[in-house]
Amino acid sequence: MSVELDVFVGNTTIMDKEVYQLWLNGYTVNDAVKVRIEGGVMEECEASADVLLSDTMDQYRTFQMCERLLHHPAKLANQLLFQIPPDRQAMLIERYYAFDDLFVREVLGKKLSKGTKKDLDDVSAKTGVSLKSCRRQFDNFKRVFKVVEELKGPLVENIRQHFLLPDQLARDYAAIVFFANNRFETGKKKLLYLTFQDFAFCAGQLINHWTLGAVDSMMEDMDVDLDKEFLQDLKDLKILITDKDLLDQHKSLVCTALRGKTSVFNEMEANFKNLSRGLVNIAAKLINAKDVRDFFIDLVEKFIEPCRSDKWTSIDMNLFLTHYTNSAHILDTFKHHAVWTRYMGVIKSCILRMYHD
Amino acid sequence: MPGKLKAKIVAGRHLPVMDRASDLTDAFVEVKFGNTTYKTDVYPKSLNPQWNSEWFKFEVDDEDLQDEPLQITVLDHDTYSANDAIGKVYIDIDPLLCSEAATVISGWLPIYDTIHGIRGEINVLVKVDLFNDLNRFRQSSCGVKFFCTTSIPRCYRAIMVHGFVEELVVNEDPEYQWIDRIRTPRASNEARQRLIFLMSGELQRKIGLKVLEMGGNAVVGYLQCFDLEGESGLVVRAIGTACTLEKISTLPSTATHQSNSSPSKDMKEPVFGEEVPGIPLSSGPPTPLRAQTFSSFSPSKSYSRQSSSSDTELSLTPKTGMGSGGSAGKEAGPLKALLRQQTQSALEQREYPFFTLTSFPSGFLLHVGGVVSARSVKLLDRIHNPDEPETRDAWWEEIRQEIKSHAKALGCHAVVGYSESTSICEEVCILSASGTAAILSSRFMQDGPLDTEHRLSRQPLVFSTGSERVEGDMGSSASLGFEEVVPPGCGFCHIPYDELNIPFPAQLTYCYSCRRSKVPDVLFTTIDLPADANITGKGCLIQARLCRTKKKAQGEGNATAISNLLPFLEYELHTQLMNKLKLRGMNALFGLRIQISVGETMLLGLASATGVYLTALPGPGGIQIAGKTPSDITYEQHISNMQKKINDTIAKNKDLYEINPPEVVEEIIGSPIPEPRQRSRLFRSQSESSDEVSELDLSHGKKDAFVLEIDDTDAVEDIHALLTDSPTPQGFYSCNTEIMPGIQNWTSAIQMFTSVRVFRLNNANLTNQGLNKIFSDLCENLLKSLYFKLRSMVPCCLCHLNFTVAIPEDELIQVAVTAVAMSFDKEQILENGKQSGEKTLTKAITENDEQLQFNLELNPESSHANPLSSPKGLSEVGSHPSARASSMEKASPLPEGRSRSLRSNRSYSGTSVAVVKMTPLSFIPGAKIIKYLGIINMFFIRETTSLREEGGVSGFLHSFIAEVFAMVRAHVAALGGNAVVSYSMKECVFMENPNKNQAQCLINVSGDAVIFVRESELEAASVQPQSTTHTSNGGEGT
Repeated sequence: MSVELDVFVGNTTIMDKEVYQLWLNGYTVNDAVKVRIEGGVMEECEASADVLLSDTMDQYRTFQMCERLLHHPAKLANQLLFQIPPDRQAMLIERYYAFDDLFVREVLGKKLSKGTKKDLDDVSAKTGVSLKSCRRQFDNFKRVFKVVEELKGPLVENIRQHFLLPDQLARDYAAIVFFANNRFETGKKKLLYLTFQDFAFCAGQLINHWTLGAVDSMMEDMDVDLDKEFLQDLKDLKILITDKDLLDQHKSLVCTALRGKTSVFNEMEANFKNLSRGLVNIAAKLINAKDVRDFFIDLVEKFIEPCRSDKWTSIDMNLFLTHYTNSAHILDTFKHHAVWTRYMGVIKSCILRMYHD
Repeated sequence: MPGKLKAKIVAGRHLPVMDRASDLTDAFVEVKFGNTTYKTDVYPKSLNPQWNSEWFKFEVDDEDLQDEPLQITVLDHDTYSANDAIGKVYIDIDPLLCSEAATVISGWLPIYDTIHGIRGEINVLVKVDLFNDLNRFRQSSCGVKFFCTTSIPRCYRAIMVHGFVEELVVNEDPEYQWIDRIRTPRASNEARQRLIFLMSGELQRKIGLKVLEMGGNAVVGYLQCFDLEGESGLVVRAIGTACTLEKISTLPSTATHQSNSSPSKDMKEPVFGEEVPGIPLSSGPPTPLRAQTFSSFSPSKSYSRQSSSSDTELSLTPKTGMGSGGSAGKEAGPLKALLRQQTQSALEQREYPFFTLTSFPSGFLLHVGGVVSARSVKLLDRIHNPDEPETRDAWWEEIRQEIKSHAKALGCHAVVGYSESTSICEEVCILSASGTAAILSSRFMQDGPLDTEHRLSRQPLVFSTGSERVEGDMGSSASLGFEEVVPPGCGFCHIPYDELNIPFPAQLTYCYSCRRSKVPDVLFTTIDLPADANITGKGCLIQARLCRTKKKAQGEGNATAISNLLPFLEYELHTQLMNKLKLRGMNALFGLRIQISVGETMLLGLASATGVYLTALPGPGGIQIAGKTPSDITYEQHISNMQKKINDTIAKNKDLYEINPPEVVEEIIGSPIPEPRQRSRLFRSQSESSDEVSELDLSHGKKDAFVLEIDDTDAVEDIHALLTDSPTPQGFYSCNTEIMPGIQNWTSAIQMFTSVRVFRLNNANLTNQGLNKIFSDLCENLLKSLYFKLRSMVPCCLCHLNFTVAIPEDELIQVAVTAVAMSFDKEQILENGKQSGEKTLTKAITENDEQLQFNLELNPESSHANPLSSPKGLSEVGSHPSARASSMEKASPLPEGRSRSLRSNRSYSGTSVAVVKMTPLSFIPGAKIIKYLGIINMFFIRETTSLREEGGVSGFLHSFIAEVFAMVRAHVAALGGNAVVSYSMKECVFMENPNKNQAQCLINVSGDAVIFVRESELEAASVQPQSTTHTSNGGEGT
């Protein structure tokens, strides 16, 4: 004796947010029922376990049917099969494209390829995010990547419009796409202290200031690649460390400005040349794709770590970077003001964001 | 050449990939009507083709226009091999043939394939130019309006109710033709779909002709059914009520109604058109069904061999006129006869004085006698000559005659709430008909329009909440009637038959409301509760469920066995109903629907109804248990335990449904009801009133004792079963009628749904009791699941819960439910009837609904034309909370210009889909229907040979039902509508063969496409001065 068939179809599709989340998290029907029972729905509504099982199966089926629509969210608004109120549609999309920070941290900057996908079971084991959920998140990244890769115009805006995502989520996806495209190294041990949000912030800075789109949004090329011309120009900054006079002059200007204003003045003064060399060298090397990948690790090794060992506070850091940037403009023989500003603006924000424990 | 049909194919979208190599499709469209076919050009390599074709014109007879659907086939062009069909769209032209319905069909319609389901959408435009044809001998009946709604449609006024129309057409079922062996399943399914489309068109045309003959212009309560008789053919039959309707000029009347009626008017009398506001409703006559009745219940099964044309035709007709076992009272009581003669004669001219309506214009229904039903078991044989379906006609004629005579026996001249159904298993077919015997006013059967005074006068709404009784205003009703005047709140309960000559044993008492006429102690009916009936407390769904095993048999033996079982089945169903009714402390059933389903090894019986406590009827007695053999003490104790349980349940239920009828009856008599005039008009005899006192005493005596005897274990089981019905969870109510008696303040949140369950009985050897339990649990669990699913709508009521049972295979039981969940404002229950038009409370649910509404306001053009600015525009329109606005923003279409490499298959050009509401009810709470666009009657077949891949049987059926909903919505939207009312799923035949990984399902749905507007919008639109004309009607507010 068994229920052979059991369906419920509403004119307005009924979807339970809680069950949706369980489905997204990769729970099996039976596990989801267990979770729901523990959640106390049963007492609330005088239901039995059977009822809960039937409801859960039904909802899972609905979600599965909706899934192919969720792959192209714009279709969800146009399709006729399910009548879903707009706010529900937005909820479905937003949650479907939501991701775990822990998971994304693992794949950030990796190539979104089959190979990476094969390794997802390791990622799942490491992060505690179920494999099913990992796959969904990975496929989302890949899908978004594929669609916006070829589009011109602002990256965030493209993502927002093609996937109907809320602003913040669209920005996060922009970061993921940007990282995947430029293959930034984020997995090294020294970088592990950084959260996804740290990287997302940096990506936002890079996208807004260093890509071609940042200069002219209607250019042929787009937001996902760094502005080659700019990278080329960065080589000119080398003069700041190769010209001994300039370097000294720069140092004395910064020191004059900071004297008495910071408790780590001595350490700063002693380290100035090293730090400056670090920053300028990063700039000069960015023209090589390989060095782009190491951008974050370089920042940490060449600048953040020395400062941290000298126990700089972030106020010290802010002060130093401000004066370090501004002083360069006063240097007589230094001509590359525009490039310098464009470079240091991003470097400053990134370092400030990354300078924490 | 009286008609020119024009069609234009605009575009397609979301087409499937037909060419694997390019991941694209070269689509073109064939447009076919009758024998003419046009083709569009091939639109190469696109999943979103833009054909933008010329207008294809078909010059055709209007007869063909009625019969034929417009058939649109989308194909993939293939240079080297045959073109592949992507799918089809059938468009029913009928709504365009009536001037008052839709004028154009335009919109995105799903492209449907019977194997793959929906495969993209196509945008079409269809118009009809009709030339007037005054040919007297014409075969068409263009212009006759059809309504599924079983009441006078809102925004129409009934000038005349002509009566019963019926027709049936038969054909061979393509699935069983020899050619089916060599054609593909797809071809076979399509042949079937097309045939049924043609047959329903023809049927509708023929019925229309009959209506025109009768002088009517519309069919109300149109009920069309299919009998898939297998080898012996396919029968499409329909019944309905012919009427002459007059459209109410919308604007002025709208305004007036809006202003003068009490705000919740719409909810309170959803039963009839607002057009007929004043007339006191007296429907729902009493059904004198008592348990004792059944002692006299003589299943006069006439197993008679019919000597008609066909060779081995069997007619096994267990005549079970419910509650009319004997046929004692042939004629109505002499007292009332006089008054009724007029009506009687009007009705007698008709072959069948039947009405498929379940609710009536006020004053139409005078008295109700009770439920009448007839069943007959037939052996199917091949229909030899489809053009002369005499056999089937004769079968139904026989049954209708029987119904007619049952009604007569109850002293009634009409049958209302009439319906017919069949159940087929192999070659055996059970035909059933049932209705409610009643006496009607001649008002709507005379020629000439109603006088205007009539329409204007508005009856106060008589509802009682809790213990508070609200008196109906008899004064105004008296001024209305021009023949027999009955008090609106109770008149329909008064017995129509002669009390000295009762056709069955029943206990009569004087009406508890007016004290002037006799009423039965229990009333069963198939109609909706009249809007102005006096009731106490709330109602609830009551179901009797029964399973009976039967031996496998063939042919005549099988038919005999079944017809022998039927009376017992019905008897037990009635006993169950009666017991459950008493257990809930109620005294009347409305919307009674008994379905009997036949399978190879069992019979299923399911009776559903809505129980209420009619204030006019005496309170039900309790249930008393008596042991047959009082032997030992433990047994006695057992019995007293059970008795206690029963008493507790009754008390609990009374509490739950707020049934606390006024105890002091005398007060009512003393109440200032102006009756002397009425009494004289009614020619009530003096003796009647002189008996009053003694009768009263009697009624308060122990007439209640309803004794259940426990003489064997079966009886014990039965009693246990009685008590197993679990109460509805907190905040839920349920009924199978249009509205829940006792609830009026609906919010606009509605949710229509269909749920289907199939249960497999693995144990071959089950006892009747065991089967009963399984079946009962199946229904109960299904209900529980529904409550759980809809918990977010609480407080809410499941209305029009329509259960359909079937035995698709030997060990399978299928239960399908369609209903609508409607939220109501709890706070307002207390203030009886005040304020429900404007919602003071913004509940989460209401909000939900508003969002739907909001979506509807979306202007496709604006968001289309200027995608970037659209979000702003939208939020302005809505002026809703920002959260919503932002969600809309997200949904805004994409600016195509920006995308460089958007592949051509990705189109975001479309806009949000318009919301279409669906409901099995005839109205939409908080809204006014301003236009009926035509009937929706669709038949779909879906088949799969990859059942597992589609998610098993549940996945398969789930997506099919969702697809059917989508297609109904799309067609309604294309007609320009935003809702379907009186929606029903009349057929859901599901067959599976898991071993072969196959399944097939047939679904037939119908309803009325309408345009509605929110009442709040109406109010905003027309700030009309309060019309004093209305309030002048004496004594309106109570």
